[in-house]
Amino acid sequence: MRSPVLAGADAPAAAAPPQQHHAAKGAIRIENVDKLYYAREGPVQAVSNCSLDIRAGEICMIVGPSGCGKTTLLNAIAGFHDITGGAIYLDGQMLCGPDKPKAEPGPDRVVVFQNGALFPWKTNLENVAFGPVMQGKLTPRQAAEKARGMMADAGLGDVEHNYPGEVSSGMRRRVEIVRALMNDPKVLLLDEPFRALDSLTKSVMHEALLEIYYKNKVTIFFITHDLEEAIFLGHRVAIMTTRPCRPKKILNVDIPHPRNYGVLTSPRFRELMEETVSAVHEEAVKAFEAGEKEM
Amino acid sequence: MSAALASVAQPRIRPRKSIFRNPLVRAVISICTFLVLWELGSRMKLPWVGDVPAPTVVMKAWVPLLSDPGYWYSWYQSSRRVFTGFLAAMVIGIPFGLAMATSRVFRDITFPVFEILRPVPPLAWVPAAIIFWPTQELSIGFVIFLGAIFTIMLNVIGGARSIDLRFFQAARSMGSSNWDIFRRVVLPAVLPSIVVGCEVGIGITWNVVVAAEMISGGGGAIQSSAGGGLGFFIWSSYIGGSYPQIVVGMISIGIAGYISSAIIRWLGRVITPWARVR
Repeated sequence: MRSPVLAGADAPAAAAPPQQHHAAKGAIRIENVDKLYYAREGPVQAVSNCSLDIRAGEICMIVGPSGCGKTTLLNAIAGFHDITGGAIYLDGQMLCGPDKPKAEPGPDRVVVFQNGALFPWKTNLENVAFGPVMQGKLTPRQAAEKARGMMADAGLGDVEHNYPGEVSSGMRRRVEIVRALMNDPKVLLLDEPFRALDSLTKSVMHEALLEIYYKNKVTIFFITHDLEEAIFLGHRVAIMTTRPCRPKKILNVDIPHPRNYGVLTSPRFRELMEETVSAVHEEAVKAFEAGEKEM
Repeated sequence: MSAALASVAQPRIRPRKSIFRNPLVRAVISICTFLVLWELGSRMKLPWVGDVPAPTVVMKAWVPLLSDPGYWYSWYQSSRRVFTGFLAAMVIGIPFGLAMATSRVFRDITFPVFEILRPVPPLAWVPAAIIFWPTQELSIGFVIFLGAIFTIMLNVIGGARSIDLRFFQAARSMGSSNWDIFRRVVLPAVLPSIVVGCEVGIGITWNVVVAAEMISGGGGAIQSSAGGGLGFFIWSSYIGGSYPQIVVGMISIGIAGYISSAIIRWLGRVITPWARVR
């Protein structure tokens, strides 16, 4: 059933070129992207000549110091901001490029924001059911039905009728991820979604996210500056340089999925941490010094 | 030492619940203290309060009014005027404010005029209102309308401009059209600010009701001078030199304003159920 090649790769420590046997959707190709914007202090080159290939169905972690331009990249993919050079493709189709600097936002690339963007005036269920109704794919009733199912799967059945403000921030983040998945996106764009959570809640969220991922198999573009989070979740970790932002080092995390928290204490995990710490630290120092200069 | 510690650590099984903890009791105490101080001040002819009729005197003037249909007609008149003026302010102010918040061009064109008109006190509008409008009622309604509209508009604009950008981005990437975004993001996001604007606004309408009803000249009065509205009632009591009645009118407006705000607050809680949990 399985191809011999894959079976071989499966053997000892398959980092798994993920889901070759799944419908390969959601590959993002970032090609020589530039982003220059004009701040009060003058022009800032946020992203420069940045190229990165994100494979369909993989969890690609983008690591870099605060303000290095990671979010600029995410905004360009999501279609919230334009780029000033290069091009971005989704499954071979150009999202934005020379002739069209700003991508059209769409349900194939849904963002989960840093501090959450659930609509506080809608119940959790209404929030989750929002997308398909907007796209005209489902009637409100069908959407509510589907939302109920997905929330139950994610262990959120009890908070359906609560407003987001009534549940814990970890719950809210989970609701928001489910809301994103309701749109059947090819890519989930996560912008430090767990940043505001305490470390215990965070660990619960990581396992919850993986569980959701194993069920849904979307491509995940995950921005973080938490190295442990990056290595625990990602198939690959792209460490970015600071302003301008471009990949400095791409790390293959050859720990097989499905993973659980036991991985954190494994020797391989420690090795990978060591391998990346110095690279990240170097960039963090640069970012810090750049910040000092701007003061 | 250890005995002392034990007595400190001993849990109070049933904490004495002082009656003073009840907010209603506190409110009653507050009002009673105020009345007693006022009564004393008035009787002792203290400066400032010495010339104000004491609460007991005011009550004596009030009791006969309670059976005077004219007095109640004044309540009705003023409430009706406040309600219509306020409604007009909402109907015009909310869409106008939303338009100013969402359209740059519209805002640039209208904002200067809005800002020039805003500081003009409603009282200053009274003569102009009499000239502008064909009937007394319209003039009165107009002054009340002016009292509320600017506050409502300012709150709508402020509320709409402080909507989190991420709500728009999220709605957009989930496939919402402009109209969807207006209806499902802007409107609900502004609703709490609208409620606040209305709550403050309705208070102001009662503030200007005296100025507005000076126009009325007792129009529609039944029997006594009390029929022209609570604002007019104060004005005519002043002209007639009946000081206790002035105070009756003032307190009546205070009560009416309190009730109106309470109603708006209640309605606000009903239409923005999520705001309670934030």
